[in-house]
Amino acid sequence: MTDNDILVEVRDLKVHFPITRGVIFDRTVGHVKAVDGVDLRIPRGKTYGLVGESGCGKSTLGRALLQLTPPTGGEVVFDGVELTTLPAGRLRTMRRRMQMIFQDPMSSLDPRQNVESILTEGLQTHGIGTDRDDRRRIIGETLDAVGLPRWALSRYPHEFSGGQRQRIGIARALVLGPELIVADEPVSALDVSIQAQVVNLLDELQDSLGLTYLVIAHDLAVVRHISDVVGVMYLGALVEEAPGDRLYSEPLHPYTRALMSAVPVPDPDVEDRRERILLAGDLPSPANPPPGCRFHTRCPWAQPTRCADERPALREIGASRVACHWAEQIASGELRPHAVRAEVVRPEGEGETPGVVSAPTEPGSYV
Amino acid sequence: MALLEVDDLCVTFSRRGQRPVRAVDGVSFSVDAGEVVGLVGESGCGKSVTSLAVMGLLPRQPGVRVDGKAVFDGTDLLQLDDRSRRDIRGRDVAMIFQDPLSSLNPVIPIGLQVTEVLTRHRGMRGAAAGEEAARLLDRVGIPDPKRRLKEYPHQLSGGMRQRALIAMAVACKPRLLIADEPTTALDVTIQAQILELLKELVRDSGTALVMITHDLGVVAGLCDTVNVLYAGRVVETARRRPLFRQPRHPYTVGLLGSVPRLDAGRGERLNPIPGSVRDVLPWPDGCAFAPRCSRRIDECVGEPPDLVLTHDGRSYRCVNPAPLPGVTPGADIRATAPTEVEPGSVPAQAVPDDPPTVPGLGPAPREEEKP
Ligand SMILES: Nc1ncnc2c1ncn2[C@@H]1O[C@H](COP(=O)(O)OP(=O)(O)OP(=O)(O)O)[C@@H](O)[C@H]1O
Ligand SMILES: Nc1ncnc2c1ncn2[C@@H]1O[C@H](COP(=O)(O)OP(=O)(O)OP(=O)(O)O)[C@@H](O)[C@H]1O
Ligand code: SF4
Ligand code: SF4
Ligand SMILES: [Mg+2]
Ligand SMILES: [Mg+2]
Repeated sequence: MTDNDILVEVRDLKVHFPITRGVIFDRTVGHVKAVDGVDLRIPRGKTYGLVGESGCGKSTLGRALLQLTPPTGGEVVFDGVELTTLPAGRLRTMRRRMQMIFQDPMSSLDPRQNVESILTEGLQTHGIGTDRDDRRRIIGETLDAVGLPRWALSRYPHEFSGGQRQRIGIARALVLGPELIVADEPVSALDVSIQAQVVNLLDELQDSLGLTYLVIAHDLAVVRHISDVVGVMYLGALVEEAPGDRLYSEPLHPYTRALMSAVPVPDPDVEDRRERILLAGDLPSPANPPPGCRFHTRCPWAQPTRCADERPALREIGASRVACHWAEQIASGELRPHAVRAEVVRPEGEGETPGVVSAPTEPGSYV
Repeated sequence: MALLEVDDLCVTFSRRGQRPVRAVDGVSFSVDAGEVVGLVGESGCGKSVTSLAVMGLLPRQPGVRVDGKAVFDGTDLLQLDDRSRRDIRGRDVAMIFQDPLSSLNPVIPIGLQVTEVLTRHRGMRGAAAGEEAARLLDRVGIPDPKRRLKEYPHQLSGGMRQRALIAMAVACKPRLLIADEPTTALDVTIQAQILELLKELVRDSGTALVMITHDLGVVAGLCDTVNVLYAGRVVETARRRPLFRQPRHPYTVGLLGSVPRLDAGRGERLNPIPGSVRDVLPWPDGCAFAPRCSRRIDECVGEPPDLVLTHDGRSYRCVNPAPLPGVTPGADIRATAPTEVEPGSVPAQAVPDDPPTVPGLGPAPREEEKP
């Protein structure tokens, strides 16, 4: 792979949200390190899949990549242009080339706009199309591409089913002729039979238009299905990245192994014979991530040395990139998993400082 | 006689000025003691309304009409008065929901909520109830249970709340547990923990479990018998293996063809079902699935297809089911199975030379086929 094949390159990207407390004066009491040092590259015309559990920073990464959320640090290079330092005007013209699709099509579409006006809006903003007829033509072609009938134009979002609404969302992104589409949970709000329609549509559009995707989802099977390269995130950082097939056949990071083994497969034969790696406890809060390897509080392979005090860097092992000190020893079987005691994890922003808890609490009732 | 026998359950919601909605339109299924029965189907097919009706949790108001029978151990739950129903609920039949926060009282500590159940149904009080509550929390894998008892629901993470709810549900060793999408709101690693917990509880206590889910993967790992629902009716009932290997109802076939699988390769196109659940034919006019069905024939429309019972205890509601011998279980399954699978033969994945398709599949000992 040569460098000019890379459409998007993210270097050491960080997004930290301040946690503020106080009634009159907001006081910053800490930071949620939603994204904390991510490096990744997306080759042109390929799909990069990003998976991880709720709150690990997938959406924030996607938004920061498009500069919808200003990054705290790091760089995003899109087709050779560094976006984080780009003046607003030039960023706006770049925006046309990078579009986003959201999870819940209903909440991302204005219910008072009909489909035609939803689609025309973007064209006008970016000055695409010479006149009305030209815009009509572009919109018509887009509708065909996403498989919506022409009569859809005069209808409003609520008149469509979930799958059709997601098609409208895709059409809105597509009319602008983007090169990169960031799809944040594009099918998770949809029924199984409809999911498949949208997944196939995304696949077909990529084939016919040469689109580059960043697909964010918590459903590993979906990501596995449409991605060339998959990155696994845990608490704001990538823990493993590998070509899809390899990630599934040879997961190297303990968290990836656990994740793979936890996904149910619709096949009783597979389900009955697979070994499950059950993790103890919950995901720690990103406001207070564990030191060292962030996974060490739940890792069945955690070792007494290094794991708790040295943060592992992402390093190359074969075709994968893995952030684990002991990946080789785990892969060879030299290190064996052990039982882990579950730690109590507090829901975010609640129950940690008595001052912010709204329901009655007894002093000293939590650790 | 099964432990729970739901027969021709119908639930109609009517609101003035609107056409009545038949949310559940003749659902029948049965649950044996110690059995795990799945109710699967897409959004809006009536899974939740079915379970709420059985539990007597639907609002008692003029617009809500419930017909049919739900016989639990000889008593029809739908005919009970409120008091006897409350007695049965919690003691003999318990339910857990998708969103644990809404079914826990936010201003009462977890411990008190658990001991209340123990007091009401098992007559336990004071220190004994406290001990038992801590034991239950420990049983469902909540760390440091004594301390957790004093905490409020919002102080626990989603996974821990669901565990607390399960602890309350199993506090009285119910004979039947109904779980409505208990893991849908949770992350997959937490889902795996909760499913494992449910499996253990069922195995250890002999509790029958009705598992409501839209996730075929969950069904494949957990259920003994599966009921597939479409538009308020059960369209296919089968034991787990036959259902996944040889789905007969075209909707089941379609569902299986639609799910991406972790163990399938990149680039395999899925086989979605065309249209959406909105494209239904009302059951009295024929098969509700007809507008989306690729096997539709003339006989499908006009009157609702009858339930067909086959010799091996399966049933489906279809006049032109997927054929048996050269099964068509969706392209994704066919692609992973190198040979045609015969009933009772060695499953494709178990061929010794076959590399395991999912990590961790290899060495597990082979289990004998369950009937
Ligand atoms: N605008 C914001 N202000 C403060 N904190 C935020 C903000 N946006 C996100 N966060 C926090 O950053 C963390 C990562 O959030 P993010 O939405 O990126 O996660 P995610 O991986 O997309 O999760 P999900 O799967 O639930 O969508 C979370 O802890 C979240 O609470
Ligand atoms: N109180 C109500 N009044 C009117 N209609 C209702 C009411 N409750 C449910 N319905 C309708 O009944 C149908 C079945 O709903 P139900 O909640 O059982 O679906 P479900 O299978 O549980 O779906 P999901 O997977 O989304 O939970 C839906 O079409 C719904 O709109
Ligand atoms: S570095 Fe240590 S704690 Fe982290 S994943 Fe590797 S073995 Fe586990
Ligand atoms: S009855 Fe007809 S329309 Fe209905 S599922 Fe069977 S073949 Fe399809
Ligand atoms: Mg998100
Ligand atoms: Mg429901």
